[in-house]
Amino acid sequence: MLFDLIPFSFLVTIVTIGIVFGAVLTAVGYSTLLERKVSAWVQDRVGPNRTGFDLGQPWLSFLKGFFGLGQPLADGVKFLLKEDVVPGHVDRVFYFLAPMIAVGTALLAMAVVSFGDTPVAPVLHSSSEGGLKAQRMFPATKTELAAMKNGTNIQEVRDGAKSYESLTTIKFAIAPNVDIGFLFVFAVGGLAVYGIVLGGWSSNNKYSLLGSLRSSAQVISYEIPMGLSVLGVLVMVGSLNLERIVDWQARHGWLVAYQPLACLLFLISIFAECNRLPFDLPECEQELVGGYHTEYSSMKFALFFLGEYTHMITTSFLMAALFLGGWNLPFVTDALKAVPEGFPDFGYLICCAVKAAIFCGKMGFIIGLFMVVRWTILRFKFNQLMSLAWKAMMPLGVLSLVGVAASRQFIEPDYAKLIFQFLWSFASLLLVGVASLMLPGEPQRVPVNLLRGRAPSASSSPELSAKAW
Amino acid sequence: MPAIAEKNVRWVKHPKLSLAEQIYLPTIAQGMVTTISHLVKTLTGTNSIQTQQYPEQKPSLPPHYRGVHRLNRDEQGRVKCVSCYMCSTACPANCIDIVAAPSPWPDREKYPELFVIDELRCIYCGMCEQACPVDAIELTTIFDLTGMSREDMMFDKEKLLSVFDQTVAMGTDPVRTKGGRLSVAAEPAGSGLTTSSSAQS
Repeated sequence: MLFDLIPFSFLVTIVTIGIVFGAVLTAVGYSTLLERKVSAWVQDRVGPNRTGFDLGQPWLSFLKGFFGLGQPLADGVKFLLKEDVVPGHVDRVFYFLAPMIAVGTALLAMAVVSFGDTPVAPVLHSSSEGGLKAQRMFPATKTELAAMKNGTNIQEVRDGAKSYESLTTIKFAIAPNVDIGFLFVFAVGGLAVYGIVLGGWSSNNKYSLLGSLRSSAQVISYEIPMGLSVLGVLVMVGSLNLERIVDWQARHGWLVAYQPLACLLFLISIFAECNRLPFDLPECEQELVGGYHTEYSSMKFALFFLGEYTHMITTSFLMAALFLGGWNLPFVTDALKAVPEGFPDFGYLICCAVKAAIFCGKMGFIIGLFMVVRWTILRFKFNQLMSLAWKAMMPLGVLSLVGVAASRQFIEPDYAKLIFQFLWSFASLLLVGVASLMLPGEPQRVPVNLLRGRAPSASSSPELSAKAW
Repeated sequence: MPAIAEKNVRWVKHPKLSLAEQIYLPTIAQGMVTTISHLVKTLTGTNSIQTQQYPEQKPSLPPHYRGVHRLNRDEQGRVKCVSCYMCSTACPANCIDIVAAPSPWPDREKYPELFVIDELRCIYCGMCEQACPVDAIELTTIFDLTGMSREDMMFDKEKLLSVFDQTVAMGTDPVRTKGGRLSVAAEPAGSGLTTSSSAQS
């Protein structure tokens, strides 16, 4: 039989992918609506409130204009039906590739991000966390051989793997328990910038090129503070595996309390990674028309949008898992601990739903933060962004890492770690603030046409003659 | 040669930042409070939203708004126009088309047999009503003019008179109306000049 040739877990994975992508794309659609609504509310407006669903049923008539809920669908239909203009001067290969990369990488990063309580893979040797883990798929893996060498019965190993693999528990991720965890997300997320860079380059248009150049300047600025901020998590938990990090936080408390500074740096970095204000230089409408997507129309333009919002959702889930405790919520999830694990149990289903709701709620909170910050902070110029990243966020990242390492090594009880970390973060923030006040400022940039052919006299600009010349 | 003379160049220094401003976070928090307070006020309905829900809620336009034209009627319901061609001469868009005929009424020589305005061609400058010696043509506050074809948008005499009836019924008379009376050109000789000068001043 053909059906026997296909492993059941494969089918489960396919179905999961379908559900997750459907959910993510719907969430993207409605987050664009929410974005418009929040923008309107912040500016004392109403926002979209006309587009709804007219189902022809009198009792459903409130859906007609309710909250503008039909807007994402209408936008999608509009984008699909619009004329797709491909300008004659573009590099066609990269021009078509760029939006695909933007969306593909954003969706790919979603693969390892969990959005509910996913059981942690069993550890065979309890002596050290992150030791040998049960391997599956192959009859005799290296792990099993190693386990046999150590005197463990291979049948035990296989049973452990099977009970983990069994379908009685819901796994809220496409690829749960990936050991490289958030490293994978960063690798793929770093690739997402290529969508923007290629889009701007292939458009063969000065505005687009400037947009993608800014994106490159941005990526070399924020990636390092971002890496430094998550290194602290790695030091604290000892694993890159997202499920394990969430599990650690379930036992010890949220990492945002242990590493407030790293959390802040990570938050700022994901603003830059998602091209959100105050770091949306690549698509700065006031100066660059549309930035990197100036030459894109119809669905290709929409794909860039889709990628951007998917990226927002992915990084928000990541932030919730890394720093905000994933599905943990004090008192609520503690009360759920007594519920037995297993599929047929009704209590277990409710438990899963509550945990997923908590996780998604945290994600929604961060998305809301994205949107409120958008209307609070002005856009940075890219030299300002780079000096912020290199002069302030990098030192802060290093300081935070030192603090985390010190607290892990020398300070024993959890509450002492919390106090130490809080003081350390506050002190490093002040230190960097004072230092950046003391440091000499940037040289004054001189408009060329003012000074062509001569140096400015000392009387007109003392600091200019001192610094720039 | 510099583009700007040196004495006209004023160098502006960057303002000195305080520590709180340099760290950004306290000032960002301040800004967030403003943003979120607006958000909350809008959501709870405690600040006044200026948005008009357009199709249900029509804007009240000022009476001197220049919208669709109308042809005024006098007290007896006759068309006021005396077919003097002043409006069509003044019209910069050449959108007014008049065919004059001998008037059936004793108080004027001519009246318009046909009076057609191409509303699509019109630029709504209001020069026709300025030119009109008898205040027969006026621009109303009707702004949402639509039609299914170009022919629909050619407003003839009956249509323009019906716009008059409509605006009178709505009570949105333009500001320039002189109470519906026939003015100078149609009035008996002698009294006309004074009326006209007082009306224009």
